[in-house]
Amino acid sequence: MMDESTELSVSITQIVQRLKGTHLHSQLEKQAKECLHKPEIKLETLKDDVRRVLKASGWERKLQNAVYRELHVLPPPGHPRAPPEHTKEPLAYMLKAQASWEKRILKSLNSMCTELGIPLARKRPVMEQKELTNKWNEMGTDEPDLSNFRPVYAPKDFLEVLIGLRNPNTERSDDLTVKSHWGLIQVSLNVHDIPQMRETYAELGLSYGQLGIDDHTHVPPDLFESEHIHIGKKVVSEQDSAAAQQYSRQGCPTGLRAQLWSLILNTTNDPEDITHYEQLKARVIHHNLLVDNLIYKDVKLTASNDDYYFVFEDYLYQVLLCFSRDTAVLEHFNYNSASPPKSSIQSKSGSEQCAVVYPPNGVIPFHGFSMYVAPLCFLYNEPSKLYSVFREMYIRYFFRLHSISSHPSGIVSLCLQFERLLQAHLPQLFYHLREIGAQPLRIAFKWIVRAFSGYLSTDQLLLLWDRILGYNSLEIVAVLATAVFAFRAENLMEVTSLASAEAVLADLSTLKVMPLLQIFLFATSI
Amino acid sequence: MSKNKTTGHKAAHSSQRKKEVEARSCIRYRCGLTNTIQDVLNHRPGWVEVKDDAEWDFNWCDVGWLRENFDHSYMEEHVRICHFRNHYELTRKNLMVKNLKRYRKTLEREVGRLEAAKCDFFPRTFELPSEYHIFVEEFKKSPGNTWIMKPVARSQGKGIFLFRKLKDIIDWRKDGSRSEEQKDEAQVESYVAQRYIENPYLIAGRKFDLRVYVLVTSYIPLKAWLYRDGFARFSNTRFSLSSIDDQYVHLTNVAVQKTAPDYDPEKGCKWQMQQLRWYLTAKHGFETVQTLFKEIDNVFIRSLLSVQKTIINDKHCFELYGYDILLDQDLKPWLIEVNASPSLTASSQEDYDLKYRLLEDTLHIVDMEGRLTGKEKRIGGFDLMWNDGPVYTDVGLEALGSSCLVANTHLGCVNDREKQLQQLLKPFPGQKKT
Repeated sequence: MMDESTELSVSITQIVQRLKGTHLHSQLEKQAKECLHKPEIKLETLKDDVRRVLKASGWERKLQNAVYRELHVLPPPGHPRAPPEHTKEPLAYMLKAQASWEKRILKSLNSMCTELGIPLARKRPVMEQKELTNKWNEMGTDEPDLSNFRPVYAPKDFLEVLIGLRNPNTERSDDLTVKSHWGLIQVSLNVHDIPQMRETYAELGLSYGQLGIDDHTHVPPDLFESEHIHIGKKVVSEQDSAAAQQYSRQGCPTGLRAQLWSLILNTTNDPEDITHYEQLKARVIHHNLLVDNLIYKDVKLTASNDDYYFVFEDYLYQVLLCFSRDTAVLEHFNYNSASPPKSSIQSKSGSEQCAVVYPPNGVIPFHGFSMYVAPLCFLYNEPSKLYSVFREMYIRYFFRLHSISSHPSGIVSLCLQFERLLQAHLPQLFYHLREIGAQPLRIAFKWIVRAFSGYLSTDQLLLLWDRILGYNSLEIVAVLATAVFAFRAENLMEVTSLASAEAVLADLSTLKVMPLLQIFLFATSI
Repeated sequence: MSKNKTTGHKAAHSSQRKKEVEARSCIRYRCGLTNTIQDVLNHRPGWVEVKDDAEWDFNWCDVGWLRENFDHSYMEEHVRICHFRNHYELTRKNLMVKNLKRYRKTLEREVGRLEAAKCDFFPRTFELPSEYHIFVEEFKKSPGNTWIMKPVARSQGKGIFLFRKLKDIIDWRKDGSRSEEQKDEAQVESYVAQRYIENPYLIAGRKFDLRVYVLVTSYIPLKAWLYRDGFARFSNTRFSLSSIDDQYVHLTNVAVQKTAPDYDPEKGCKWQMQQLRWYLTAKHGFETVQTLFKEIDNVFIRSLLSVQKTIINDKHCFELYGYDILLDQDLKPWLIEVNASPSLTASSQEDYDLKYRLLEDTLHIVDMEGRLTGKEKRIGGFDLMWNDGPVYTDVGLEALGSSCLVANTHLGCVNDREKQLQQLLKPFPGQKKT
């Protein structure tokens, strides 16, 4: 095991390595060179003077934000002799399960491709390219025949895989005892209970003001809201990433949220970012990918039918089609238990098969995937900006919702946490639902996989996502799922079938998430 | 604007109302429509439907019935009817324009340019054929602009088309493209030609307009209520000036959208007003949107003031208007038209609920049961917007102390009407308070 100072220097080296050669690096160099012309720079105190000027002009802050961002995506420090798979996922059985799940998905994709006789990738003829360029802002008006395409998998297929996870090292007893776990997840991971969470999520406590509670119409704004907005404006003007993240824990005001999230994620809309997006767009125009049809189908089935999101259909294509082709996303596989799927493609000479990552970004979309993007359309309407924010959110958080890992924000931990919280604090309800064949996770899973997108009303959803960003964890999603069950417990106790339980929990659009979370975390007796 | 100093009158009003109501054990209503209003009236405790020639206390009629019967009906003190006799001064496009222009001139003369400029929410409009020549002058001043031709008295988008060249309407005048139906009509139909707003505010490339509900219970003095709910109606296709023939792009009426080839009834093309307000706040910030909604209030108030002296005031009458507002890219609101009979047919469950609440609250305000004092500033989802003068919230005065006055309107804000109604209203006679 490394000691702390060695760990720190390793991290520093890694971050410096990553930031070297980035656009920020060259900008800093340029700025430093330019300020040499300034009269206040003296040769004797060159280093300090340059540092001072960079600080005053906001460049130090930008560097700070960049470092802060790297810390978020830095893989956890491991033993120097551990293989790279260890960084992705330390538990071998999880890694294996993920690998075999990936094999299944890829097989399904390949067989669809063979069945339909459509190539995985195809260069578009010039006419088609022209057409697509003209139609770029209104791809939603296209009505391609998608009846033969099916989603590669749906969340419920994934749930079955998770239910089947077993740790080969634990002894299983098939007897149901009081101490055993009643839920579907049969592996043991370290998840937090309420006392621990009360510490972690202190800012959600009853003595702190919250957006989503204390901005209600009956509460005078001077009690919390006005001051909070005032602080928010300051945070934005200071352009401080870490401060924005801390601030977001109490919610982001509607008028400032777009800027705050952008700050927390350290996404910019520099010419470099716009160019990158344009390059991706060019790739979309030149080549058609099989997964494009999956994206179309998903958007048509989910976002287009949603009362809030139907308007943004075109944006969703503009983001997701580009996302599929963005090889920069492959980086996140360093700390993702998943690995990018490889498909065999004829090499150019036609003589051999070679394995290439497919789709180029390594992410095969599933049913409901577009719902990760849809809520963001309320905040950003420039496609390149929307794209940057979505991509960052994906590689920090969303990927964990559909890969098998032991990470505390991974889907397995979230499901387990949900079940454990429910069993610990609403045992009667859990038992009842279990008896009538309505395992709670079967209902809650779809909420968790999508981080509640499409289930809550948009303003409530964004208040929830404020906290995901603020606490840099998806744990709050599991807590909310439990809180929802707690809220509807009375009605759920009356039902006698899975179908009626689903019906009680079908419509979450009127829920107010912050009061539910606050009550569950801080008013539940333990 | 005179401040409301008639509190004595109000007290007399409410006790008189009570007298009017006490005598009756039930309220007899007539209803000429078969949509949401029918349900609302049906469900109201103590209200009984009457038909044919029976006497009624309340009439929700259509404008046709009004035209034929109003002048011949004798109405007792307490009776209420849902239209003003000559509402068309506000709702017929040519008359509205005339009244607004006249009011604007008066303001300019009596108060000044700045005040008159507050009436510039109506795109340049000319009545045809009577104003044809001044229209041509204006048209020639700005070549290349798009204009929209609308029949004066029709609704639901019928008969509307866009044009850019004078040649297009000269052809049309020669009966070239008029339908058979129009040729058969005995009367010469009036049209208005209006500057088309070429830079509408778009959301995700789509054009939309706003439907807002305003209830007027009296013109002299002017008393108007604004409903918090409403909706934004999206065009199903993406906005582009290159296809002015595609009426589906430009017209956002749900009635027209329903006939568009890619219309999917499962897909809502509406957003609730709260959704829109929230979206705009996220995009432009709180203050900008606050200003926008103030300007929207201004549209309602000015348009009503402009017909205040023309409309025949009658204490039996009230009217629920559906205002159509369009926003341009600079977030300036434009008045498209005012409907005296806004559609009460529901396009979805959500739509039904909205219209149900709206009508229920309308009936609360009309107050056949005599439960109100007359001093209320808010009833259910309605906020009192104008009461012979601007109306301010109480909150603004108390919390801020200083002379910072906050308007009493909350379009697109939270509508917690049930709670408010419970606190405000006494239960119906014979009904226990829940």
